[in-house]
Amino acid sequence: MRKNNGAIKESYNDRVFLTFIYIFLSLLMIVILYPLIYIVSASISSPEAVTSGQVWLWPVDFSLEGYIEVLNNSDVIRGFRNSILYTIGYTIIAVFLTIIFAYPLSRKNFYGKTFFMIFILLTMLFYGGLIPEYLVVQKLGLLDTPWAILIPKAMAVWQIIIARTFFYTSIPEELVEASEMDGCSSIRFLWHVVLPLSKPIIAVLALMYAVFQWNSYFDAMIFLRTEALFPLQLELREILITQSESGANQDIAEQQKRQQLANLMQYSLIVVSSIPVLIIYPFAQKYFVKGMLLGSVKG
Amino acid sequence: MDQSLDGSKEIKKVTQRHLAKRSFQRHWQLYILMILPVLYFIIFKYVPMLGAVIAFKDYNVVQGIIDSPWVGWKHFENFFNNPVAWDLIRNTLFLSLYQLAVTFPLPIILALALNEIRDGIFKRSVQMFTYAPYFISTVVIVSMIILMLSPRSGIVNNLLEVVGLDAVNFLGNSDMFRSIFVWSDAWQITGYSAIIYLAALAGVDSQQYEAAKIDGATRLQKIWNIDLPAIMPTIVIIMILSVGNLMALGFEKVYLLQNPLNLGTSEILQTYVYKMGIINADFSFATAVGLFNSVINLILLVIVNTIAKKVSGNGLW
Repeated sequence: MRKNNGAIKESYNDRVFLTFIYIFLSLLMIVILYPLIYIVSASISSPEAVTSGQVWLWPVDFSLEGYIEVLNNSDVIRGFRNSILYTIGYTIIAVFLTIIFAYPLSRKNFYGKTFFMIFILLTMLFYGGLIPEYLVVQKLGLLDTPWAILIPKAMAVWQIIIARTFFYTSIPEELVEASEMDGCSSIRFLWHVVLPLSKPIIAVLALMYAVFQWNSYFDAMIFLRTEALFPLQLELREILITQSESGANQDIAEQQKRQQLANLMQYSLIVVSSIPVLIIYPFAQKYFVKGMLLGSVKG
Repeated sequence: MDQSLDGSKEIKKVTQRHLAKRSFQRHWQLYILMILPVLYFIIFKYVPMLGAVIAFKDYNVVQGIIDSPWVGWKHFENFFNNPVAWDLIRNTLFLSLYQLAVTFPLPIILALALNEIRDGIFKRSVQMFTYAPYFISTVVIVSMIILMLSPRSGIVNNLLEVVGLDAVNFLGNSDMFRSIFVWSDAWQITGYSAIIYLAALAGVDSQQYEAAKIDGATRLQKIWNIDLPAIMPTIVIIMILSVGNLMALGFEKVYLLQNPLNLGTSEILQTYVYKMGIINADFSFATAVGLFNSVINLILLVIVNTIAKKVSGNGLW
């Protein structure tokens, strides 16, 4: 948009400034990429090479031992499966609830919409606190059940606002009136007309909720006791963080070897747990940006 | 109710009722659909707000929230009489302010820099790679930090050894905790946070740039006089939101980064609430501490919003 068409040449100062910007952005990109590349390289290097500090950037002594170890770890596999189920279940519930709440709020003559908006915005200002929230989940008997993961965070105000803005701008009131003329009920209209027209917003919401659920560990940590219900992130925490802190007093060769393997598995585990997010990243990037933009339009 | 001669109020009321009636007739199915989401908000957001009254009670499971005895400000007094309280408040504030000082300006700088360069592979790569860390989970980020900073085999200490320095136990040092937390956060969210500013910059009228160019403005002058004013409303809104969340900082990450050696700076109000409440089951006391935290947040939000509105004319409400 701001290209030079040769009419006015960039001054010397401007060229220096632009060069400085390119250097800054390049450095930034290196700083951000380096840890990611390092982790991937370490995950496919031999355990000895990683521990002895031979891996700097590229893999040394290519080896898939870490990955084999991860795939043989039944806790990880179970956590992975649980996380997939939680993410799918949660995303369906969350998108459904968000849409049935946001759509009515987008209609022009929907009485009470200001009330409902204030009703949800107030929850952003006033926060009951961790303990009262925990007690509600406990009282409902959801503790240590999958519902404790699926229900308490099922809607986010930000997402409702995004969805409402979308419906407001892309489902014209005339369409509603025309369908009412034909005797179409609100629910049928929502199901047969609105939903097919709302694929982009459904994608935005689903991706946002799915990434949130896949990455979260805290609710699982406070609400779940049974290990069989643990999501992947909680298993990761056990293996990557809780374990790595203990284990300073091991110096026998066998234990060292196990320590190395554990160390190595940590790198592969990081990669494996991020694969689902990596797969959707190209879509997620696009739709997250879209979501941010929708959310920033004041409705 | 009102017998005023001026009937406009009465008319308004009648119209309101009429509108409501028409809306209910027309949209009754939508109102029914909304029951479920509304129940969600009542149960998981409003009930906990009321449940916070246990901060003023001695909550026990047998008697429940309603019947547990009132104790007034006892739990608050206990908290503030404990020297730990001031450490926690100081840790929370220092960490937040440090985080704000770093993670607030960086996305603005990134957005302004990206806006200067032409569309192309380079620009798209920068954007794609800088967003990426946002999608990595907190557990994974913390694991990466622990692995890379490990005193035994971490890459950072290997580097230090190469240049002849002694290995540092970064995470075991409470002086370094804040920097580790803040800069890893900057690493993760700068690219993503820049999106909103880039969007605002995309809305700048290109004629302004043309005019500036004809007047012989340098790039820096254009940024200063066109770009910054254009994104100022966005900056103000993000500022208000950040300050409003000052005491609610990435507590899930703080908790994961904690270890006995760095607790001196890494114990913040919210991790304390978690430990007292969920682990020690001292529900009332923990709720009191949490409530104190939320109230401070709310007060900060209101203050910043008022200032912002006075100074720039922009505010959340």
